[in-house]
Amino acid sequence: MILVFIEVREGKVKKSSLETLSEGKRRADDLNTEVYAVLVGHNVESLASEVFPYGASKVYVLKNSLLRHYSAASFSQALFSLVEEIKPEVVLFSASSMGKDLAPRLAAKLGVSLASDCTRTTARDGKLEVVRPIFAGKAFATLTFKSSPQMATLRPNVFPLLEPGEKEGEVIGKEVVIPEDQIRAQAFEILREEGEELDVTEAEVVVSGGRGMKGPENFDLLRDLTSLLPHSAVGASRSAVDAGWIDHQHQVGQTGKTVSPNLYIAFGISGAIQHLAGMSSSKYIVAVNKDPEASIFKVADFGVVGDLFRVIPYLKEELKKVLSE
Amino acid sequence: MNIFVFVKRVPDTESKIRIDHETGTIVEEGLNFVLNPYDEYAVEEALRLREAKGGKVIVLAVGPDESLTILKKCLAMGADEAFLLKDKISEAYDGLRTAKIIARALEKKFSDYNLLLFGKQSMGADNAQVPSMVAELLGLPQVNVVTKLEIEGAKGIAHREIEGALEKVSFSLPAVISAQKGLNEPRYETLKGIMMAKKKEIPILSFEDLDLKEEDIVPLLEITKMESPPSKQAGKIIEEEPKEAAKKMVEFLHQEAKII
Repeated sequence: MILVFIEVREGKVKKSSLETLSEGKRRADDLNTEVYAVLVGHNVESLASEVFPYGASKVYVLKNSLLRHYSAASFSQALFSLVEEIKPEVVLFSASSMGKDLAPRLAAKLGVSLASDCTRTTARDGKLEVVRPIFAGKAFATLTFKSSPQMATLRPNVFPLLEPGEKEGEVIGKEVVIPEDQIRAQAFEILREEGEELDVTEAEVVVSGGRGMKGPENFDLLRDLTSLLPHSAVGASRSAVDAGWIDHQHQVGQTGKTVSPNLYIAFGISGAIQHLAGMSSSKYIVAVNKDPEASIFKVADFGVVGDLFRVIPYLKEELKKVLSE
Repeated sequence: MNIFVFVKRVPDTESKIRIDHETGTIVEEGLNFVLNPYDEYAVEEALRLREAKGGKVIVLAVGPDESLTILKKCLAMGADEAFLLKDKISEAYDGLRTAKIIARALEKKFSDYNLLLFGKQSMGADNAQVPSMVAELLGLPQVNVVTKLEIEGAKGIAHREIEGALEKVSFSLPAVISAQKGLNEPRYETLKGIMMAKKKEIPILSFEDLDLKEEDIVPLLEITKMESPPSKQAGKIIEEEPKEAAKKMVEFLHQEAKII
């Protein structure tokens, strides 16, 4: 069977985990097997009803009061005991911050290798085959596994959710043993920029600015646009970040984040190779740039040669019109 | 405090990646290899910690002889010692293999560590696996993707980047920390540093020196294919008055892309 880890942050199931579960279900169907989900934590049983609709035929709930807060050491210990018991052929995580932190720790505990941040999975000869971008998307590697269970993390925002099905199913609760002295790193506080909830890696629309934005204050123009567009976030090129105009959390590209939103809008971004690597897998790319020779136009589905400061006000008007229809 | 930093040589971010379709590997010829940018933050942080708290900064790389160049750079930045853990495979795309080599080296040769610093990922394999795997193999706490680090005695506090927020994490030493951009501004090598680095020897440790057998670290992922990204069809580029351009752009989003 395929086992999918379901991430809970601040009491909510992460959408990227449900994307991973949906993909797990598709592969389970190909492989004539089932997909199980696993929740880890304290008082998380009630979330099982949010998990079943995306293909899980069973939901395991691993419990211990020490699992109230996430730590890689305790969560990997809990998952290790379940994997040893139920012996899944495949274990999947979302390549979220937590997944990237936790999956390698579990893989090392199990003595297996891990394929990180995959963007495609297929079933071949009864096994899993995955594709993952390397060099931030400048190349793609197809991989198969020589160790078992086959373990992979899947990139958020790439795999479609299943049409939701039944809300009920078998929940199996398990008390797990966690030696307290194993937990020697523990998050104790979350610091959040005000008004900014969505990360560029999770957003469906990324509105990005580059050197052409001319200064930090002009990023407010992009924030205005994101306030109009649902599920959107502000991104930036490396030159805007290095100039100190916006925090590096927003940086898209090879020294920043790789994103694959439905729509990527680039304002005043020339399209250096390391930037293109981080965003060219977006489903649609729209660019506004003064320079008709800018490389960004080579990957854009729709481009406007012009002054972004003159285009944006009209763009807001037009967007409001269409969105209000 | 003994601070160990683990570094890797990677093609710089300007590199165009070409694939040799016969061997299914990346063409290394013509690539400019540099110290992995995330590792630079790790080296810088180690130097700052040493300057503030005393101790030693020891840099290790896993890889072929060509990795000596980046180790020299680390020495020129101010590291006290550097070692190469020689692996003739320059890139296995398998974090577990690298983690096993590092964990074994620490157990056998460098067991007096207090802090293990890594870049959050190598630019290339893009795995972001080795720090967590080393932490697991050695039974240490881990804090990944760190943008701020404070050490006080045998304890520390780190800011870890997560989606749209930062987590404050407390941990005890020895620990594994992986560096994210924003942690610091790496220094340039000084002329004096470069001269000093020239005089330092970089010992090379073989798998034999580490009591490692090739069969213990066989890559467990098999690359069956390597491809370039699909090339994009040229889109529609317009040059019109701002009002008209904005209108057409929204039409595109609404009617063709159906995003809004």
